[in-house]
Amino acid sequence: MFLASPEKLRSFGIIGMNQRNAGLISRYNPRHLFPLVDNKLKTKLLAQKAGITVPQLLGTLHYQHDVKSLKELLRPHDQFVIKPVKGSGGKGILVIVRNDHNLYFKPSGDALQLADIERHVSNILSGLHSLGGKPDSVMIESLIQLDPVFSDYSYQGIPDIRIIVFLGYPIMAMLRLTTHASDGKANLHQGAVGVGIDIGTGRALHAVQFGRTVLHHPDTRKTFSDLVIPHWDKLLQLAAACYDMTGLGYLGADLVLDRDQGPMIIELNARPGLAIQVANYAGLAPRVAIIETLKSIDPSPVSRAEFSKQQFCVQTGPQPPRTLHTRSSDNAA
Amino acid sequence: MHSKLKLYVLVALIMALGIGLIAYKHFALGFPLLPDDKKSVWTIEAKIDFVARGDPVIVSFALPAETPTTVIMEEDFASSDYGFTELSTAAGRRAQWSKRAASGHQTVYYRVSEYETDPLAAPPPAADLPTEPEKPEFDEVMKTAATTLLDQVRSKSANTEIFTRELITSLNSDTPSQTQNLLLNEKPSEDYKTHLIINLLALEGISARIVRGLYLEDGRRRQSLTNFVEVYIGNRWLLFNQNTGKIGKPDDFLIWQRGDESLLDVVGGKNSQISFSIIKNVHPTRTLVLRDSMNKEAGIIDFSIYSLPIEQQNAFKMILLLPIGALIVVIMRLLIGIRTSGTFMPILIALALIQTTLLTGIVIFLTVVGTGLLIRSYLSQLNLLFVARISAVIIVVIAIMASISILSNKLGLDQAMTVTFFPMIILSWTIERMSVLWEEDGPREVFVQGGGSLLTAIIAYLFMTNRTVEYLTFNFPELMLVNLALILILGQYTGYRLSELYRFHSLERRNVSGKP
Repeated sequence: MFLASPEKLRSFGIIGMNQRNAGLISRYNPRHLFPLVDNKLKTKLLAQKAGITVPQLLGTLHYQHDVKSLKELLRPHDQFVIKPVKGSGGKGILVIVRNDHNLYFKPSGDALQLADIERHVSNILSGLHSLGGKPDSVMIESLIQLDPVFSDYSYQGIPDIRIIVFLGYPIMAMLRLTTHASDGKANLHQGAVGVGIDIGTGRALHAVQFGRTVLHHPDTRKTFSDLVIPHWDKLLQLAAACYDMTGLGYLGADLVLDRDQGPMIIELNARPGLAIQVANYAGLAPRVAIIETLKSIDPSPVSRAEFSKQQFCVQTGPQPPRTLHTRSSDNAA
Repeated sequence: MHSKLKLYVLVALIMALGIGLIAYKHFALGFPLLPDDKKSVWTIEAKIDFVARGDPVIVSFALPAETPTTVIMEEDFASSDYGFTELSTAAGRRAQWSKRAASGHQTVYYRVSEYETDPLAAPPPAADLPTEPEKPEFDEVMKTAATTLLDQVRSKSANTEIFTRELITSLNSDTPSQTQNLLLNEKPSEDYKTHLIINLLALEGISARIVRGLYLEDGRRRQSLTNFVEVYIGNRWLLFNQNTGKIGKPDDFLIWQRGDESLLDVVGGKNSQISFSIIKNVHPTRTLVLRDSMNKEAGIIDFSIYSLPIEQQNAFKMILLLPIGALIVVIMRLLIGIRTSGTFMPILIALALIQTTLLTGIVIFLTVVGTGLLIRSYLSQLNLLFVARISAVIIVVIAIMASISILSNKLGLDQAMTVTFFPMIILSWTIERMSVLWEEDGPREVFVQGGGSLLTAIIAYLFMTNRTVEYLTFNFPELMLVNLALILILGQYTGYRLSELYRFHSLERRNVSGKP
């Protein structure tokens, strides 16, 4: 069968697009808070104020005439990332891993001239990658160094960890691994591998590429079964803290592990997608329901992360899973 | 939950208002629900001939009455040199032509166009109550014959209706008895027969009156009126055919005059004659009803799109189709889950398709967008700024469209000429979006979103060009309210989209095999 039965999906607690838009985003994410996460520069400043580690900001460009200063700005840096401030879905991100005799090298080994980079910056400034084509700004960040734990699991890129944070509680996590098919980008649409991660342990649960189950990384052939993400507690706490930072109830936090600086936040998303359910082979609805039934939200991100670890642990749960009352059964009643 | 209830109340109100207005227009004003609904309009010309004697002339002529089932569209009293007035008398409308002095052969015309409608409700009890029938004066012989016949008929009938019918049939019997022959004379005239029936009924204490009318048949000339008998039974007037006894008004029969008033009076003339000729025309019901409603100044019509100049009405014809397109887009995106580039781009493409017809439109769309994408990819190498680039694309699009037009003209294909109507900005923007999509998400996403947009546009096009849909949206703008209510309901839908059943279908298998 190519189609799943809606009753079955509902009984597994899978949330669909319509329900995500109506039940989660428009309900828990006040519109006026969106700019905090849609504007990556604002997010970064906010995170720095809250004491959360973020990639170092090397420079920003706001106007077309700033492009002339690009050469000076880039001179001291061997490696850097150019991003649109209001880009979405990883669009318009240019990663340079080596700078050699006025040639700039992408992770794939392709060489770019300074003029190519200037054109890319102009495109970003004129709004090519921003939502609705509005004029945009450019930010240049330090390059994240691949943590050796992932070196067997990534191809020409940095894997990131998407954690869904609901009312401050991390409820589901996924590791996104770059592949040859995804052109070194951690974008599931383009063929990155999504690995569901157990909130309780940081262990890999199950992996998918293009919506199909995979058992090992397509490029490195490394199996996922023994993949455990280090610094898992810290990652959960960082993600949980994003709620206090932004006030968004349904939030996707994108984190990375830097070889030198450890866990850091690279991006926040007010409209996180639903592919995470496929990667985890589990629905979001039961977990959302558990948090919704809580009487009060713990003010401490650390204890919220701890609660989630206890509650959503899949493999060695200290307590048997509770019988759940999901929102969809709420609606059916 | 509270806000949800409010929404449902709102939806119910909007829906009820929309459907109510549609029902009112359909049932009360007679707007047909289908575009092909047609009605026969009869144009009847009465020609009155007489010879004037040189004195003042007054011609008085009974006119047909407008009833709930008969709508008079137009009347014309064309007669040169005659003064004309229309009089309302207790017995109905009369036309009066007059002249100080006339001599020789004279003709006056009366022309009327009318059509029949279905009455909304059962006719109310007759307002024109009959007077107590006067006992007719028969001589002894006749009186005996009448009593005999009435006794016979009475013994065979159970109520007034059957009594009347029996009386008429026995008078029209092929093998008349002596009594019948005596009553009818030799070869009785129509008028004599009518009055005989009325008199016999009066003898029985039943009120009846004469009705004159015209059988409507296309292309007939020199017709005269036919007599019917109308009998007052149980608070209603019932029409009887005096030659067959059949009850009820025949189809295509216009009642011209009721009661015993004269049909035509000519003062100052002689040898007056009247003849009718009949022509049938077929008109769309909508046109007739609209005209009638306008005349009656029905508020809902008077303050509607129809009161606008024709040019603007045509614009609205198009605009009123947009909500249908919007509904299709909502269904395709929320229920089916098709991805389109831009939320309402498909509607704009559908509008463009309407201008060009489907197949030509698709071919042109694909050609222009395809060529545009190629050129756009070249432009992107030129290191241009975004606004300059999209402007350049617009110019290129115009050039492509011009070449298609010229080429098709040289090849003798008229159809492709309509390309000029294709909204250029839409095409340029489509090209720009698609090429960005191509760079960012690869060609697959371009085909998914481009195909999704085109598919949605084609479905919207098929609905928007459907004759019935077009007719209904323009003639019942209230449909917009129904449409709005539907969209509000769809906006509440939080279930799965069809595409998600596919997207998550692998999950189903896994869960069946026993994992959490």
